[in-house]
Amino acid sequence: MIFDLADILPALPEMILATLALVLVLVAAYGGEGAKNARRVTRIALGGIVLALMLIWSGTAADETAFGGMFMADSFASYMKILVLLGTFGALYMSITPLAKDDINKPEFALLVVLALVGMMLMISANDLMSLYMAVELQSLPLYVVAAMRTNSLRSSEAGLKYFLLGALSSGMLLYGASLVYGFAGTTSFSGIAAAVSVDQLPVAFIVGMVFMVSGIAFKISAAPFHMWTPDVYEGSPSPVTALFAIAPKVAAMALMMRLTYGAFGAIEAEWSQVLIALSIASMAVGALGAIMQRDIKRMMAYSSIAHMGYALAGLAAGSHQGALGVMIYMTGYIFMGAGSFAIILLMRRDGQSATRIADLQGLSRTHPMLALGLMIMMFSMAGIPPLAGFFGKWYVFLAAVNAGLVPLAVVGVVMSVIGAFYYLRIIKIMYFEETDEPLDTDMPTANKMVLGVSIAVILLFFIGLSPLLEAANLAATALMTQL
Amino acid sequence: MIEALFFYLFAGVMLASGFMVVVSRNPVYSVLFLILAFFNAAGMFVLIGAEFLAMLLVVVYVGAVAVLFLFVVMMLDINFAEMRAGFQKYLPLGLIVGGILVFELVAAMYGDAFSKASLPVASEIANTTQLGGVLYTKYAFLFQIAGLILLVAMIGAISLTMRKRVGVRRQSIAAQNSRRREDVMEIVKMPSGKAKAKDDAAAGSVDDK
Repeated sequence: MIFDLADILPALPEMILATLALVLVLVAAYGGEGAKNARRVTRIALGGIVLALMLIWSGTAADETAFGGMFMADSFASYMKILVLLGTFGALYMSITPLAKDDINKPEFALLVVLALVGMMLMISANDLMSLYMAVELQSLPLYVVAAMRTNSLRSSEAGLKYFLLGALSSGMLLYGASLVYGFAGTTSFSGIAAAVSVDQLPVAFIVGMVFMVSGIAFKISAAPFHMWTPDVYEGSPSPVTALFAIAPKVAAMALMMRLTYGAFGAIEAEWSQVLIALSIASMAVGALGAIMQRDIKRMMAYSSIAHMGYALAGLAAGSHQGALGVMIYMTGYIFMGAGSFAIILLMRRDGQSATRIADLQGLSRTHPMLALGLMIMMFSMAGIPPLAGFFGKWYVFLAAVNAGLVPLAVVGVVMSVIGAFYYLRIIKIMYFEETDEPLDTDMPTANKMVLGVSIAVILLFFIGLSPLLEAANLAATALMTQL
Repeated sequence: MIEALFFYLFAGVMLASGFMVVVSRNPVYSVLFLILAFFNAAGMFVLIGAEFLAMLLVVVYVGAVAVLFLFVVMMLDINFAEMRAGFQKYLPLGLIVGGILVFELVAAMYGDAFSKASLPVASEIANTTQLGGVLYTKYAFLFQIAGLILLVAMIGAISLTMRKRVGVRRQSIAAQNSRRREDVMEIVKMPSGKAKAKDDAAAGSVDDK
């Protein structure tokens, strides 16, 4: 078997980023110590991400596979990769100016983020059980390291260790499930599995394998009941790392979940749909009820992201073209809401120390009116108030669920979304109606301004750009459903 | 005939050393017996024609894992007498788990869950050649990702454990090599003729000898 250029060309953006990571290793090692080199490495990484973004943007919409069918580049992959690249760009861009005194300031950060990004893109393009597993590992390992990056902080080390142990457990579940699926399908390729699934009576062990695989990925998107690591990891990690966790990896894992359920297990929708419904209801409930009690805004964002994953899974559980489309619209809004919120959370500090309690937001409307306004828009969007981005996400997801006959699921989702609105609105109340004597620091780096500005613009004007977005998502959903 | 002889030799030594791993009083001996067990298992792999697996077992398990165990046993202060205390209490549980394992092995051997027809004949496969044939072609993609994962592990381990400590005198070879005589030496002209100083210097040099 000999590769020619056409066989590896669809993976060009990934190859460019991987090569860039190797160059960055040298720059990080020989570029000198400290903050200046960290900034240089981050700038080069940002340039690489922009290049990959342009390549994918201008790429063809045709379905192409590379490396003997292990790598799939279709318009679904392009859509999700653009989201992941945008999210990672935002998170990395905001880490360029270290804000709090105790922030991470090492060249390795950007380098590991680029490697994780390659993993995420490979996850989205995975078309084989083996490439799926390798991509998941490539995505997870750098994230474990950056969670523990602040080595002099007990919290950060705890977050890294917890993330690592539970991540290893989820990898084990994923592998066990994959081994059962392989054992009964006799092949590792997704198209082969789809063919094996659609023939006749399936053995129970195959279903068990499928459930294990879905659970393993549910760990990665932190859907309840596999969410236990999320609040601790979000709280303990340095804030720029939390911002990254909240934005990019979830999109990649969700794409993998879609690829697996709609693609490889497409013919046994009745089986995985039940699992996803259970995951969805549990996540929505845990996210909405858990966030109410939180005092730390990073922990609250963790529960909020669990709830968001629950809503997205509700669309996925529909198992229809409309469901896939809804999830893609939801994830598009999600990365901008995450990026915008964390642009503000990163700025929450007092005398150079990060202050991330929710009570620290008191009186923000007097001291920083623009920030308060921005955070208000983010919170309204997350609560699903029309005409902001979050509303459209929820609309399409629940629409798909209702059309697929999952009315109880949609009802639970709407109820949980109302409960969830409580804690989003509480933040607005604290900002606008409570006073404080100790205002937060005032300086605001360009990076955060830019990310916040772009996020606000996207969220406010989401309804204008909705029709081209729907068109792109429609194309991507069609590619996802018909590839096999 | 000779193959059977070697099989029973390897199997016998492996079982005996496996038993010794559990019962030996000194944990260092346990690890050494474990290494012996690995070597015998490698020998048995060679007997069934899986020479690549045999090499891998020696390289990975003996070369890395067992040596790591040895480090842990020797460097950490673990009270092994205390760990051994519950041996009798846990014996029934261990026997049950072992019994289940034996049952499963027997079932796999004599049951019809695995059809033996699909098994390739071990002696016909030159497995190192076969692996070499596909590793860099068919699975080049996975091979490259595995390489990236190992790179991540390396960077992660270094960046998490390396820290700058203050007050440690480090050697800077570049700085040492680039020292010039003019920068570091000062030639002081001393007026001669002071007998006292001369005598002292002479006495010192005699003492040195």
